[in-house]
Amino acid sequence: MSHQPQQQSAGQPIAFVSAQALRARMHDAVNNPHLRQSFRGAMDFLMAKRAAQFPDQDELDSLRSLSEGIRQYSLSKLPELLEQLEANLTRNGVKVHWAETPDEANAIMLGIARQHQAKLIVKGKSMVSEEIEFNHAMEAAGVGALESDMGEYIVQLAGEKPSHIIMPAIHQTKQQIAKLFAEKIPGVDYTDNVDALIRIGRNVLRDKFESADIGLSGVNFAVAETGTLCLVENEGNGRMCTTVPKVHIAITGIEKIVEKLEHVAPLYSILTRSATGQAVSTYFNMISGPRKAGDKDGPEEVHLVLLDNGRSQAYADEQLRKTLQCIRCGACMNHCPVYTRIGGHAYGTTYPGPIGKIVSPHMMGLEQTHLLPTASSLCGACGEVCPVKIPIPELLIRLRGEANSAPHAHPAMVGQGAAYDPKISFVWRMWARLYGRPSTYRAFSWLATRFRALTPRKQSGWTAARTPLQPAPRRLRDMLKDRR
Amino acid sequence: MSARDRILAKLRAARPAEPNALPDLDAHYTPRARGEAKTERLARFRAGIESFHAEVHISSEADWPALLARLCADKQVATMLYGADTPAGRRLDQATFPATTLRPWAGQVEELKADLFHRVDAGFTQTRGAIAETGTLMLWSSEAEPRTLSLVPPIHFALLDANTIQPTFFDVLRTENWAAGLPTNALLISGPSKTADIQQTLAYGAHGPKELVVIVINAEGDAQ
Ligand code: SF4
Repeated sequence: MSHQPQQQSAGQPIAFVSAQALRARMHDAVNNPHLRQSFRGAMDFLMAKRAAQFPDQDELDSLRSLSEGIRQYSLSKLPELLEQLEANLTRNGVKVHWAETPDEANAIMLGIARQHQAKLIVKGKSMVSEEIEFNHAMEAAGVGALESDMGEYIVQLAGEKPSHIIMPAIHQTKQQIAKLFAEKIPGVDYTDNVDALIRIGRNVLRDKFESADIGLSGVNFAVAETGTLCLVENEGNGRMCTTVPKVHIAITGIEKIVEKLEHVAPLYSILTRSATGQAVSTYFNMISGPRKAGDKDGPEEVHLVLLDNGRSQAYADEQLRKTLQCIRCGACMNHCPVYTRIGGHAYGTTYPGPIGKIVSPHMMGLEQTHLLPTASSLCGACGEVCPVKIPIPELLIRLRGEANSAPHAHPAMVGQGAAYDPKISFVWRMWARLYGRPSTYRAFSWLATRFRALTPRKQSGWTAARTPLQPAPRRLRDMLKDRR
Repeated sequence: MSARDRILAKLRAARPAEPNALPDLDAHYTPRARGEAKTERLARFRAGIESFHAEVHISSEADWPALLARLCADKQVATMLYGADTPAGRRLDQATFPATTLRPWAGQVEELKADLFHRVDAGFTQTRGAIAETGTLMLWSSEAEPRTLSLVPPIHFALLDANTIQPTFFDVLRTENWAAGLPTNALLISGPSKTADIQQTLAYGAHGPKELVVIVINAEGDAQ
């Protein structure tokens, strides 16, 4: 079998095909030394940068507890805060839309584009727009959607998907990008000088900012009490998208909300430090409405699309709700030994790594995603670095349980029981019985040592790369008896 | 039922009966307050923003226009756009810039978009203040100083009064009570635009200004 994990044909959405496909992608990724080297290097770099931002363990502990507290507080009042946000945004002149599914969200945005006869939408970085396959939906409808974050632009030009939520083109080397630019951008010669490459991107995209009809962005924090959308970025493309075109559309998941403006200060600080090891990002952009009477620039219309897409399902369960504390910093993937070895594309989901494993099942259902929570050694690194203290390993175990338990009438999530196998479940039940009582355990081990010759030589997955397991000739308890 | 009502109904049905306790931000920030004097705050601001590749010049109320004129000449700024209807703008109206044409912002952005993107070399703005902890400038958009002024031209000159440097972003939000009335656009800026999206290699001038030049007005005799 030969797969090309990094090469996806243009515009083709990545979705889960099957367990075999996931295993094959992971297998190929692990056997691609080039890919592994890129990710290893990048993750080491990001881990070291993060560590340097938190020299004071005490401050880190305190800030993490505070950030967790703010996120949990916000979620505990989520319905009220959403209404408050909507009321204040409306007062500020922002139009608020609600979407339960990706299709609804795309339809809303396409409607806005049609209303303005938009030909080109220029995009700031937004993982939610990836989640709903926005570019694909717009292209299908004949509206251009152009990524302007440098990493996203590279990935779009290559016909790929982001392999990291913060650094989308982390899997590409500068030589690959140089080749890509020379092939795809008219009048550009091969150069692998990073400054020159950025200059090329800048020049192409400046024209687009100037001429685009609509700018699209994500949202890092939405502030309920003021009706403010906050955006974190380094490049300035987010500011361009939200300032220059006549219409600005922001899209966000319903969970990215805080009540008070001051709650943003600690979250912003821990976000940039956890994500890229920066004390602060170059820009923190706080938008509270469209161009007002007297204002000389800014969009004439601002829209916010609030997307559910499985989030309310996670919300309904006290433990799973913690998934929604996430501020999308990417630290869990940077510190994940599995992510570092297989890279972002192998997962096949919009959000890769540990956060992807706990959030994707709510977006796509467990039928398609039940293998994801098993792609973990439960080493605990993700939970340890998470700035809002999401107990990711616990949630992985919970999701494994949801997937493997017998289907029942009141499932906590779509696809509960998707991996349920009555035979396996029977074996485990028997095992629990045998091991649960000393008498049965004793009888079992006595039989096992006597009939060890009957152990099968082929033990499916185990013997693929290992010698078969066989009970010892004598039990420990018998050997101890002899000693006495 | 609309999508809105369905989403809200689902959330309401699942929401905990009692909201969690309001997080105590003071418990985190108060023990860490530094109580720095103005001089130290300026020094920390400067070290921070310089580490993000910004250029910092200390000047005085009397001299800053002449310094700006010199910097414009050094950087071969042919045209600089600024907001005329501000205290700083009125100073610029009086100043002489031997090498640079000063152009006050006039009209809506649509009328000067092409110039803004292709012919203006630098934009000049005042700042509302700064943050010592991170080396960050604070800008509020206004009728006189629109948001593209600090975004589109390749060089951004920012004027900062050293008295307005605050310890942390949290302090700013609290003491100035931003929640009571934000402008259309409030901005924190820490350095020129940058990216590390190609092989984690830092490059400046991604989409916004390639250079950020801060002129700090500091009363005579204070830290240089
Ligand atoms: S789960 Fe935690 S570490 Fe991972 S992206 Fe979300 S906030 Fe960051």
